Amino acid sequence: MKTLYAILLVLCACGNAVAKDAAPLADDPVVEQRLIVISEEMRCLVCQNESLAGSRSDLANDLRREFRTLIKQGKTDAEIREFMVSRYGDFVLYRPPVKPTTWLLWLGPFGLMIVGVVALFVYLRRRSTEIGPENVLTDEERKRAEAMLQEGEK
Amino acid sequence: MKAKFLIPLALFGVLVVFLAAGLGLDPREVPSPLVNKPAPAFKVPQLEQPEMQFAAEDLKGQVWLFNVWASWCVACRQEHPVLMQFARQKLVPIVGLDYKDKRKDALGVLQRSGNPYDINAFDEDGRVGIDYGVYGVPESYVIDKAGVIRYKHIGPITAEALEKTIIPLINELKKS
Repeated sequence: MKTLYAILLVLCACGNAVAKDAAPLADDPVVEQRLIVISEEMRCLVCQNESLAGSRSDLANDLRREFRTLIKQGKTDAEIREFMVSRYGDFVLYRPPVKPTTWLLWLGPFGLMIVGVVALFVYLRRRSTEIGPENVLTDEERKRAEAMLQEGEK
Repeated sequence: MKAKFLIPLALFGVLVVFLAAGLGLDPREVPSPLVNKPAPAFKVPQLEQPEMQFAAEDLKGQVWLFNVWASWCVACRQEHPVLMQFARQKLVPIVGLDYKDKRKDALGVLQRSGNPYDINAFDEDGRVGIDYGVYGVPESYVIDKAGVIRYKHIGPITAEALEKTIIPLINELKKS
Protein backbone atom coordinates (compact mmCIF):
# COMPACT_ATOMS: atom_id res chain seq x y z
CA MET A 1 0.00 0.00 0.00
CA LYS A 2 2.80 2.31 0.89
CA THR A 3 4.51 1.76 -2.48
CA LEU A 4 1.23 2.50 -4.22
CA TYR A 5 1.00 5.81 -2.36
CA ALA A 6 4.59 6.55 -3.27
CA ILE A 7 3.87 5.88 -6.96
CA LEU A 8 0.76 8.05 -6.86
CA LEU A 9 2.71 10.81 -5.19
CA VAL A 10 5.40 10.68 -7.87
CA LEU A 11 2.76 10.73 -10.60
CA CYS A 12 1.11 13.78 -9.06
CA ALA A 13 4.46 15.52 -8.83
CA CYS A 14 5.11 14.79 -12.52
CA GLY A 15 1.72 16.13 -13.45
CA ASN A 16 2.52 19.35 -11.63
CA ALA A 17 5.86 19.68 -13.36
CA VAL A 18 4.23 19.35 -16.78
CA ALA A 19 1.57 21.88 -15.89
CA LYS A 20 4.25 24.33 -14.81
CA ASP A 21 6.11 23.96 -18.11
CA ALA A 22 2.98 24.70 -20.10
CA ALA A 23 2.01 27.74 -18.06
CA PRO A 24 3.52 30.50 -20.25
CA LEU A 25 1.48 29.25 -23.21
CA ALA A 26 -1.74 30.15 -21.50
CA ASP A 27 -0.52 33.66 -20.76
CA ASP A 28 -2.72 35.29 -23.31
CA PRO A 29 -4.88 32.90 -25.33
CA VAL A 30 -5.48 35.47 -28.09
CA VAL A 31 -1.76 36.05 -28.63
CA GLU A 32 -1.08 32.31 -28.51
CA GLN A 33 -3.81 31.59 -31.05
CA ARG A 34 -2.39 34.12 -33.48
CA LEU A 35 1.13 32.85 -32.80
CA ILE A 36 0.10 29.32 -33.75
CA VAL A 37 -1.70 30.42 -36.91
CA ILE A 38 1.30 32.45 -38.11
CA SER A 39 4.02 30.03 -37.12
CA GLU A 40 2.29 27.01 -38.65
CA GLU A 41 2.81 28.67 -42.03
CA MET A 42 6.56 28.95 -41.52
CA ARG A 43 9.43 26.56 -41.78
CA CYS A 44 11.81 26.04 -38.91
CA LEU A 45 15.27 26.63 -40.35
CA VAL A 46 17.01 24.30 -37.96
CA CYS A 47 14.84 21.24 -38.60
CA GLN A 48 13.59 22.04 -42.04
CA ASN A 49 10.76 19.53 -42.17
CA GLU A 50 9.06 21.00 -39.16
CA SER A 51 6.95 24.10 -38.92
CA LEU A 52 7.94 26.89 -36.60
CA ALA A 53 4.86 26.10 -34.55
CA GLY A 54 5.83 22.47 -34.04
CA SER A 55 9.57 22.73 -33.63
CA ARG A 56 11.24 22.43 -30.25
CA SER A 57 14.56 23.78 -31.48
CA ASP A 58 16.15 26.65 -29.63
CA LEU A 59 15.84 29.02 -32.56
CA ALA A 60 12.14 28.21 -32.95
CA ASN A 61 11.63 28.98 -29.26
CA ASP A 62 13.42 32.30 -29.69
CA LEU A 63 11.44 33.17 -32.79
CA ARG A 64 8.14 32.35 -31.11
CA ARG A 65 9.20 34.62 -28.27
CA GLU A 66 9.97 37.29 -30.85
CA PHE A 67 6.55 36.77 -32.46
CA ARG A 68 4.85 37.21 -29.08
CA THR A 69 6.60 40.52 -28.66
CA LEU A 70 5.65 41.61 -32.16
CA ILE A 71 2.03 40.57 -31.67
CA LYS A 72 1.86 42.47 -28.40
CA GLN A 73 3.30 45.50 -30.19
CA GLY A 74 0.26 45.31 -32.45
CA LYS A 75 2.06 44.19 -35.62
CA THR A 76 -0.09 42.66 -38.34
CA ASP A 77 0.44 39.14 -39.67
CA ALA A 78 1.85 40.60 -42.88
CA GLU A 79 4.38 42.63 -40.89
CA ILE A 80 5.46 39.55 -38.95
CA ARG A 81 5.85 37.60 -42.18
CA GLU A 82 7.96 40.47 -43.55
CA PHE A 83 10.07 40.35 -40.37
CA MET A 84 10.89 36.72 -41.12
CA VAL A 85 11.32 37.03 -44.89
CA SER A 86 13.72 39.97 -44.55
CA ARG A 87 15.94 37.81 -42.34
CA TYR A 88 15.62 34.28 -43.70
CA GLY A 89 14.22 34.74 -47.22
CA ASP A 90 11.13 33.30 -48.90
CA PHE A 91 12.35 29.83 -47.97
CA VAL A 92 10.89 30.34 -44.52
CA LEU A 93 7.35 30.56 -45.90
CA TYR A 94 5.54 27.34 -46.73
CA ARG A 95 3.59 29.33 -49.31
CA PRO A 96 6.15 31.59 -50.98
CA PRO A 97 4.89 34.60 -52.95
CA VAL A 98 4.38 34.27 -56.70
CA LYS A 99 7.23 36.15 -58.41
CA PRO A 100 9.68 35.44 -61.25
CA THR A 101 12.01 33.32 -59.10
CA THR A 102 9.13 31.17 -57.86
CA TRP A 103 7.24 30.87 -61.14
CA LEU A 104 8.74 27.45 -61.81
CA LEU A 105 7.69 26.32 -58.35
CA TRP A 106 4.11 27.53 -58.67
CA LEU A 107 3.50 26.91 -62.38
CA GLY A 108 5.79 23.90 -62.93
CA PRO A 109 3.22 21.28 -61.87
CA PHE A 110 0.58 22.81 -64.18
CA GLY A 111 3.18 22.89 -66.99
CA LEU A 112 3.87 19.20 -66.44
CA MET A 113 0.14 18.50 -66.47
CA ILE A 114 -0.30 20.34 -69.78
CA VAL A 115 2.60 18.37 -71.27
CA GLY A 116 0.97 15.16 -70.05
CA VAL A 117 -2.46 16.03 -71.43
CA VAL A 118 -0.98 17.02 -74.82
CA ALA A 119 1.02 13.78 -74.93
CA LEU A 120 -2.13 11.80 -74.10
CA PHE A 121 -4.09 13.51 -76.90
CA VAL A 122 -1.33 12.93 -79.43
CA TYR A 123 -1.14 9.30 -78.40
CA LEU A 124 -4.93 8.77 -78.60
CA ARG A 125 -5.19 10.52 -81.95
CA ARG A 126 -2.37 8.45 -83.39
CA ARG A 127 -4.02 5.29 -82.16
CA SER A 128 -7.37 6.25 -83.66
CA THR A 129 -5.76 6.93 -87.06
CA GLU A 130 -4.04 3.54 -86.90
CA ILE A 131 -7.46 1.89 -86.83
CA GLY A 132 -8.76 4.49 -89.29
CA PRO A 133 -11.00 3.90 -92.35
CA GLU A 134 -8.33 2.09 -94.33
CA ASN A 135 -8.30 -0.59 -91.67
CA VAL A 136 -12.04 -1.18 -91.72
CA LEU A 137 -13.00 -4.49 -93.33
CA THR A 138 -14.35 -4.57 -96.88
CA ASP A 139 -17.63 -6.39 -97.51
CA GLU A 140 -15.76 -9.37 -98.88
CA GLU A 141 -13.47 -9.59 -95.84
CA ARG A 142 -16.43 -9.30 -93.51
CA LYS A 143 -18.12 -12.25 -95.20
CA ARG A 144 -14.99 -14.31 -94.89
CA ALA A 145 -14.64 -13.42 -91.25
CA GLU A 146 -18.27 -14.34 -90.54
CA ALA A 147 -17.77 -17.65 -92.31
CA MET A 148 -14.70 -18.34 -90.18
CA LEU A 149 -16.55 -17.50 -86.98
CA GLN A 150 -19.46 -19.78 -87.88
CA GLU A 151 -17.05 -22.55 -88.63
CA GLY A 152 -15.48 -22.09 -85.25
CA GLU A 153 -18.84 -22.33 -83.51
CA LYS A 154 -19.61 -25.75 -85.01
CA MET B 1 10.38 2.60 -84.22
CA LYS B 2 13.75 1.94 -82.66
CA ALA B 3 13.92 5.43 -81.19
CA LYS B 4 10.88 4.69 -79.06
CA PHE B 5 12.86 2.29 -76.91
CA LEU B 6 15.32 5.05 -76.14
CA ILE B 7 12.67 7.30 -74.56
CA PRO B 8 12.75 5.61 -71.11
CA LEU B 9 16.52 5.65 -71.25
CA ALA B 10 16.51 9.39 -72.02
CA LEU B 11 14.02 10.03 -69.19
CA PHE B 12 16.23 8.01 -66.87
CA GLY B 13 19.18 10.13 -67.95
CA VAL B 14 17.29 13.33 -67.12
CA LEU B 15 16.33 11.88 -63.73
CA VAL B 16 19.95 10.96 -62.99
CA VAL B 17 21.09 14.49 -63.84
CA PHE B 18 18.46 15.99 -61.50
CA LEU B 19 19.29 13.58 -58.68
CA ALA B 20 23.03 14.16 -59.07
CA ALA B 21 22.54 17.93 -58.95
CA GLY B 22 20.19 17.59 -55.97
CA LEU B 23 22.65 15.46 -54.03
CA GLY B 24 25.36 18.06 -54.57
CA LEU B 25 23.25 20.78 -52.96
CA ASP B 26 23.23 21.36 -49.25
CA PRO B 27 19.67 21.99 -48.07
CA ARG B 28 21.04 23.81 -45.06
CA GLU B 29 22.50 26.51 -47.26
CA VAL B 30 19.58 28.84 -47.61
CA PRO B 31 20.51 31.95 -49.61
CA SER B 32 20.37 34.93 -47.29
CA PRO B 33 18.25 37.91 -48.28
CA LEU B 34 20.65 40.05 -46.25
CA VAL B 35 23.46 39.88 -48.80
CA ASN B 36 23.91 43.33 -50.39
CA LYS B 37 21.77 44.89 -47.66
CA PRO B 38 23.08 47.11 -44.85
CA ALA B 39 24.26 45.05 -41.89
CA PRO B 40 21.56 45.28 -39.18
CA ALA B 41 22.58 47.73 -36.47
CA PHE B 42 23.08 46.45 -32.95
CA LYS B 43 24.79 47.42 -29.75
CA VAL B 44 25.64 44.77 -27.18
CA PRO B 45 28.18 44.32 -24.40
CA GLN B 46 31.56 42.92 -25.31
CA LEU B 47 32.46 39.43 -24.22
CA GLU B 48 35.78 40.14 -22.55
CA GLN B 49 34.83 43.52 -21.11
CA PRO B 50 31.14 43.44 -20.22
CA GLU B 51 31.19 47.11 -19.28
CA MET B 52 32.13 48.05 -22.84
CA GLN B 53 29.75 47.97 -25.76
CA PHE B 54 30.24 46.96 -29.35
CA ALA B 55 28.09 48.44 -32.11
CA ALA B 56 28.10 47.44 -35.76
CA GLU B 57 28.73 51.03 -36.85
CA ASP B 58 31.95 51.17 -34.80
CA LEU B 59 33.68 49.58 -37.79
CA LYS B 60 32.23 51.81 -40.49
CA GLY B 61 34.87 52.63 -43.05
CA GLN B 62 36.54 49.26 -42.64
CA VAL B 63 36.05 45.88 -44.22
CA TRP B 64 35.49 43.29 -41.52
CA LEU B 65 34.64 39.68 -40.95
CA PHE B 66 31.74 38.97 -38.62
CA ASN B 67 31.77 35.44 -37.27
CA VAL B 68 28.92 33.98 -35.24
CA TRP B 69 30.09 31.29 -32.84
CA ALA B 70 29.45 29.74 -29.44
CA SER B 71 31.22 27.53 -26.96
CA TRP B 72 28.51 24.86 -27.32
CA CYS B 73 28.90 24.79 -31.09
CA VAL B 74 30.76 21.71 -32.26
CA ALA B 75 31.27 22.83 -35.85
CA CYS B 76 32.93 26.01 -34.52
CA ARG B 77 35.78 23.90 -33.18
CA GLN B 78 36.33 22.60 -36.67
CA GLU B 79 36.41 26.18 -37.94
CA HIS B 80 38.62 27.50 -35.18
CA PRO B 81 42.07 26.64 -36.64
CA VAL B 82 41.07 28.20 -39.98
CA LEU B 83 40.08 31.41 -38.21
CA MET B 84 43.30 31.39 -36.19
CA GLN B 85 45.31 31.14 -39.38
CA PHE B 86 43.26 33.92 -40.98
CA ALA B 87 43.78 36.11 -37.91
CA ARG B 88 47.55 35.77 -38.26
CA GLN B 89 47.35 37.34 -41.72
CA LYS B 90 45.91 40.50 -40.11
CA LEU B 91 43.97 41.27 -43.27
CA VAL B 92 40.82 42.65 -41.66
CA PRO B 93 39.37 42.88 -38.15
CA ILE B 94 37.58 39.70 -37.11
CA VAL B 95 34.58 40.38 -34.92
CA GLY B 96 33.02 37.48 -33.10
CA LEU B 97 29.40 37.27 -32.06
CA ASP B 98 29.18 34.90 -29.14
CA TYR B 99 25.67 33.62 -29.73
CA LYS B 100 23.41 32.38 -26.92
CA ASP B 101 26.30 31.44 -24.74
CA LYS B 102 27.50 31.67 -21.17
CA ARG B 103 30.24 34.22 -20.73
CA LYS B 104 32.35 31.89 -18.61
CA ASP B 105 32.17 29.03 -21.14
CA ALA B 106 33.03 31.28 -24.06
CA LEU B 107 36.01 32.84 -22.29
CA GLY B 108 37.18 29.36 -21.33
CA VAL B 109 37.17 28.22 -24.97
CA LEU B 110 39.12 31.30 -26.08
CA GLN B 111 41.67 30.77 -23.34
CA ARG B 112 42.15 27.08 -24.08
CA SER B 113 42.31 27.10 -27.85
CA GLY B 114 43.31 30.65 -28.74
CA ASN B 115 41.46 33.81 -29.65
CA PRO B 116 41.25 34.75 -33.33
CA TYR B 117 38.91 37.69 -32.65
CA ASP B 118 39.81 41.34 -32.39
CA ILE B 119 36.55 42.06 -30.60
CA ASN B 120 33.82 39.77 -29.36
CA ALA B 121 30.24 40.91 -29.05
CA PHE B 122 28.14 39.01 -26.55
CA ASP B 123 24.66 38.09 -27.78
CA GLU B 124 23.29 36.42 -24.70
CA ASP B 125 19.65 36.03 -25.75
CA GLY B 126 20.26 35.55 -29.48
CA ARG B 127 18.48 38.77 -30.44
CA VAL B 128 21.33 39.98 -32.68
CA GLY B 129 21.49 36.52 -34.23
CA ILE B 130 17.83 36.78 -35.24
CA ASP B 131 18.44 40.13 -36.93
CA TYR B 132 21.28 38.56 -38.90
CA GLY B 133 19.16 35.57 -39.90
CA VAL B 134 21.39 33.14 -38.02
CA TYR B 135 19.94 29.64 -37.94
CA GLY B 136 23.00 27.43 -37.68
CA VAL B 137 26.19 28.44 -35.96
CA PRO B 138 28.86 29.04 -37.19
CA GLU B 139 27.93 31.64 -39.77
CA SER B 140 30.15 34.39 -41.14
CA TYR B 141 29.55 37.67 -42.90
CA VAL B 142 31.89 39.87 -44.89
CA ILE B 143 30.88 43.49 -44.33
CA ASP B 144 32.24 46.28 -46.51
CA LYS B 145 33.36 49.83 -45.73
CA ALA B 146 29.84 51.21 -46.18
CA GLY B 147 28.49 48.68 -43.69
CA VAL B 148 26.84 46.49 -46.31
CA ILE B 149 26.88 42.70 -46.03
CA ARG B 150 28.64 41.43 -49.13
CA TYR B 151 28.86 37.74 -48.42
CA LYS B 152 27.46 35.18 -46.03
CA HIS B 153 29.06 31.85 -45.31
CA ILE B 154 26.90 29.24 -43.61
CA GLY B 155 28.63 26.54 -41.63
CA PRO B 156 32.30 26.32 -40.71
CA ILE B 157 34.66 28.32 -42.93
CA THR B 158 36.94 25.87 -44.69
CA ALA B 159 40.50 26.68 -45.75
CA GLU B 160 39.28 26.35 -49.33
CA ALA B 161 36.38 28.80 -48.90
CA LEU B 162 38.77 31.23 -47.24
CA GLU B 163 41.36 31.06 -50.02
CA LYS B 164 39.03 30.94 -52.97
CA THR B 165 36.15 33.18 -51.95
CA ILE B 166 36.57 35.17 -48.77
CA ILE B 167 40.13 36.51 -49.10
CA PRO B 168 39.76 37.55 -52.78
CA LEU B 169 36.49 39.29 -51.92
CA ILE B 170 38.05 41.09 -48.95
CA ASN B 171 41.00 42.22 -51.05
CA GLU B 172 38.65 43.60 -53.67
CA LEU B 173 36.49 45.37 -51.08
CA LYS B 174 39.53 46.92 -49.44
CA LYS B 175 40.56 48.47 -52.73
CA SER B 176 37.26 50.20 -53.34
